[in-house]
Amino acid sequence: MTTMARTITVEGLEIGLDPEGYLVSLADWTPAVAEALASEEGRELSAAHWEVLTLLRDFYQRYEAAPAMRPLVKVVRQALGEEKGSSIYLMRLFPESPAKVGARLAGLPKPTNCL
Amino acid sequence: MTDDETAPAADTQPISLDLLVILRHPPHGSSWLREGVDVALVAAAFGQAVGLLFQGDGVFALVEGQGAGPLGQKGTHAQLAMLEMYDIERLWVSASALRARGLTLADLALPALALEADEIDHLVHAQPRTLLF
Repeated sequence: MTTMARTITVEGLEIGLDPEGYLVSLADWTPAVAEALASEEGRELSAAHWEVLTLLRDFYQRYEAAPAMRPLVKVVRQALGEEKGSSIYLMRLFPESPAKVGARLAGLPKPTNCL
Repeated sequence: MTDDETAPAADTQPISLDLLVILRHPPHGSSWLREGVDVALVAAAFGQAVGLLFQGDGVFALVEGQGAGPLGQKGTHAQLAMLEMYDIERLWVSASALRARGLTLADLALPALALEADEIDHLVHAQPRTLLF
């Protein structure tokens, strides 16, 4: 079981977060939770962010795991085309680590194959 | 990774990968299969050319139509479906292991190439690194 380190209040609900900021209960996720997690880190979610977050959630739905960087680039390239399917584009959207930050905002567990 | 149009595994001359992972355990009852596939995924995430060889009861992992089971644990079918997203496209399966279990390639959920014992021997010997799970 994931341990709860703190909570964030979104639309009156207490949402549990683990020590690394991922949701304790994946079922807690709503778009408003994503917005709250993003603004906490000073990020603003644009339509470009949302199309990637949607792909991440679809990926998890299908494969029961959050993708590492390489498959994330591949899935974005397949769905949104060559221009967006690059690590540079994703690094600009989600600075630091697109796979980890994206998974956290999309309400997925930490990518297991992403060290 | 290369983007070969032809099936890479169809070559008679075994190709040399960075890592060959051999899976010999069935999907349920232990975490051997999941751990082995995880190692393959990690290596592939770092850009290594990885192949999988299913032997013994490991061939059951490839059988079509598996679920997560009543305990609600994650199954390995979704994990195996993810292989292609990590560009792991070289899957081999022991022909004798299939025969012994009354299976054929048509029963498998993913495209794999069946190898006879001498071909497995060649494949394994051509690899610089092999991990056995």
